[in-house]
Amino acid sequence: MSTIQLDSKIPSGPLETMWERHKGDIKIVNPANKRKYTIIVVGTGLAGSSAAASMAELGYNVKSFCIHESARRAHSIAAQGGINAAKAYAVDGDSVHRLFYDTIKGGDFRAREANVHRLAEVSTSIIDQCVAQGVPFAREYSGELANRSFGGTQVSRTFYARGQTGQQLLLGAYQALMRQVDQGRVKFHPRQEMLDLVLVNGKARGIITRNLETGALERHEADAVCLATGGYGRIFFLSTNAMNSNVTAAFRAHRRGALFANPCFTQIHPTCIPVSGTHQSKLTLMSESLRNDGRVWVPKRAEDRLKDPNQIAEADRDYYLERRYPSFGNLVPRDVASRAAKAVCDEGRGVGQSGLSVYLDFRDAIQRDGKHVIAEKYGNLFDMYHEITNENPYETPMRIYPAVHYTMGGLWVDYNLMSNVPGLHVLGEANFSDHGANRLGASALMQGLADGYFVIPYTIGNYLAGNTFEKVTTDHAAFAEAEAGVKAQIDKLLAVGAKGKRTVTDFYRELGKLMWDNVGMARNEKGLKATIEAIDKLHQEFWENVKIPQGRGLNKELEMAGRVADFLELGRLMAYDALDRKESCGGHFREEMQTEEGEAKRDDEKFAYVAAWEYQGAGKNPVLHKEALTFENIHLAQRSYK
Amino acid sequence: MNLTLVVWRQSGPNETGAFKTYQAKDVLPEMSFLEMLDFVNEDLIKAGDEPIQFDSDCREGICGSCGIVINGQAHGPLQGVATCQLYMRHFHDGDVISMEPWRAKAFPVVHDLVVNRSAFDRIIQSGGYTSAKTGKHAEANAILVPKEDQEAAMDNAACIGCGACVAACPNASASLFTAAKITHLAMLPQGQVERARRVKRMVERMDLEGFGNCSNIGECRAACPKEISIEAIAKMRSEYLRALGSTEAKED
Ligand SMILES: Cc1cc2nc3c(=O)[nH]c(=O)nc-3n(C[C@H](O)[C@H](O)[C@H](O)COP(=O)(O)OP(=O)(O)OC[C@H]3O[C@@H](n4cnc5c(N)ncnc54)[C@H](O)[C@@H]3O)c2cc1C
Ligand code: FES
Repeated sequence: MSTIQLDSKIPSGPLETMWERHKGDIKIVNPANKRKYTIIVVGTGLAGSSAAASMAELGYNVKSFCIHESARRAHSIAAQGGINAAKAYAVDGDSVHRLFYDTIKGGDFRAREANVHRLAEVSTSIIDQCVAQGVPFAREYSGELANRSFGGTQVSRTFYARGQTGQQLLLGAYQALMRQVDQGRVKFHPRQEMLDLVLVNGKARGIITRNLETGALERHEADAVCLATGGYGRIFFLSTNAMNSNVTAAFRAHRRGALFANPCFTQIHPTCIPVSGTHQSKLTLMSESLRNDGRVWVPKRAEDRLKDPNQIAEADRDYYLERRYPSFGNLVPRDVASRAAKAVCDEGRGVGQSGLSVYLDFRDAIQRDGKHVIAEKYGNLFDMYHEITNENPYETPMRIYPAVHYTMGGLWVDYNLMSNVPGLHVLGEANFSDHGANRLGASALMQGLADGYFVIPYTIGNYLAGNTFEKVTTDHAAFAEAEAGVKAQIDKLLAVGAKGKRTVTDFYRELGKLMWDNVGMARNEKGLKATIEAIDKLHQEFWENVKIPQGRGLNKELEMAGRVADFLELGRLMAYDALDRKESCGGHFREEMQTEEGEAKRDDEKFAYVAAWEYQGAGKNPVLHKEALTFENIHLAQRSYK
Repeated sequence: MNLTLVVWRQSGPNETGAFKTYQAKDVLPEMSFLEMLDFVNEDLIKAGDEPIQFDSDCREGICGSCGIVINGQAHGPLQGVATCQLYMRHFHDGDVISMEPWRAKAFPVVHDLVVNRSAFDRIIQSGGYTSAKTGKHAEANAILVPKEDQEAAMDNAACIGCGACVAACPNASASLFTAAKITHLAMLPQGQVERARRVKRMVERMDLEGFGNCSNIGECRAACPKEISIEAIAKMRSEYLRALGSTEAKED
């Protein structure tokens, strides 16, 4: 039996002053000693770049890794809509407490109060930091920062830089990182894929990477390891995530003992360009900010679904979000909006040839504000939509459908962002910490930067100062063993790949479809059980019949094969977690658990916990560890956006 | 539609490359250009051939990973888009399409259509930042920024670092890339303090990396997926002249 004891290390005492007290209580490394420590940061998205730069500025030696050619190409670059912060510039009732409350409620009461409160507190410093870096946030004519509102909230607290907020925030963090590279405090290793975590005496002391240009395996040692390797939404094959987003680094750490928390909590974003055919490689998000001005509808009668939308009279339209949720209307949270879209399509009222889309209509906004105002706000999104679909959204309503977008689950971490493996810290989308069962829009950028700029620089010191470190070099047997394991896996992939018949993409697509059909917007016991069986079979076939080109140097199929192999195991874990959680909450909707009106039915008595899974081997059922969630500052209530 | 593809194949940085011809059958107009390549690669893999290696990630024109010279034009025939945003409806049955990697001394070819653009990272390392360390700063609204300045900064900050400007320039100059960052930061109050030092170091680094000189041809602007204005280059020149007379830059 396992010996793992989950300790979330949440400090005692009142929530409002917890983080301040904790910062005062934890150990710190004195400035002269910082240079004696080396920290590995894997990933250069918002979380990784900000963490690596900040820790290097403090004086630590940092080794930074990414699979991309440049740190700036991380998936964070694609975030469009914005970043939340409780600046409360307007007189609309915003505050740290309200951001905290919205996030806990939005997450359907499946996140930790302590972490979320800290997130809301540091949110304001993030904006100051980014402005100091020269991030060109949108401004009013007064020269002050502009805000917009996002789903799941009733205040306007989202800061943005046109439709390119993620790009601008990442460039800020990337530039800070590049500055540290120039100063010699960061050693930067692009196009290196972490393929294993190295443990020495139970502590995370290094990683094995593959140089993606040459194929060579490398060993890197450190005193602590931070993973900031992003989310695993690409398991669904079709998603809004970038092509190379993957779970490999996190999953390999999971195999080494790190617990994977709430894997079934995935976010399906309501406003994406619908699927148009099997040739598609990814889906494109249309920013949620569009729901500020666009109205979502389908025809009232199924027989109207292929009619020209502009010919459908007002009385024949069903603005179903406004109808079902009058107080939040088109701005309900993502999980609610996505499920509502699925429901009307299931009723046969979905539009477009496939019947799998709904309208997002700007007619009224254009009439009210004029085309130029709408163009100024959303011009680039409209152009993007036009280019992809060949339809003009100024003239005919956009067609949208939900798509996989974000993963709330991830490696389990304590309040200090450390996993249950000593020394292994996990930041950004890769951890499970702050969003519960559903993330609110514009909160991922906030969390990534909170983790990297304002949490890990403190908590890493606590770990380093609180532990003793024997000198470890890459000659240590643990490195040799880990490297041999990685090499054996690559050799096996190439050996099977030389004779196999089905391409990596072929397996990947099949896995993605299984996940979307059964572990997507709606889940039920029968489907989940069947999926676990189907994945086990697919996994076995993969290792007997996958076809892989044989290049030992740069070989993108081989890279993808390794990632799909990990996704196959993760898929099983997600289905297993979904099966175990017999309640509906946030993005996890169990069909057996719904009200008569089709709303999600949460079960706080049985499921107010974090499910943290321990790996037991491929194809074996994982072991569950529960972290109970207590709500002392917010009243546990059924979520309502009516 | 059926197409003939003429593609640069090179199996490593030190290998000699050559064009090879492939037939792409049953290409759909709603495919993106890179999806068309995925499709061709699937067939190559099934036939036991080496697939065509190319970089891409976001596939929505923001990460700057993709970049193919298509029929002699960086990112292909359409204005204001990256390769990944190009759709096959802009091509016709029977077309012959050539594909080459970015060509520049400072961007060595890694494999087929994949190049190494870390020279851009080194230009940023030399000064493309403000030195604001993580910590406490002035409250974000304490320093007002006129909307026009912020918009102008944003126009230049929109650069995705894809390198099309270099690929399109007969001199393989990195002027538009470098100038965009210099202009972005020069337009904002936060960028003022290090303004002279920044431009001096970045321009010197650009030369050191082996990029060519700018001779005002303007191909960079035509290829830029973000349509960054060539006025940035004029701004960089004036910033550089200004810096030569500044004491701040002399410290270096
Ligand atoms: C289209 C889109 C729009 C979005 N818009 C918003 C928005 O408006 N607001 C918001 O708050 N959130 C938004 N999000 C979510 C948000 O962008 C992400 O959650 C966030 O950027 C994740 O940041 P990260 O630093 O955790 O990881 P990422 O940015 O995904 O970075 C992962 C890093 O890890 C590296 N890596 C991965 N695997 C390995 C490995 N094995 N070895 C070495 N390196 C590795 C990669 O190279 C990369 O550098 C959006 C997401 C999408 C898909
Ligand atoms: S793939 Fe990201 S810009 Fe083309």
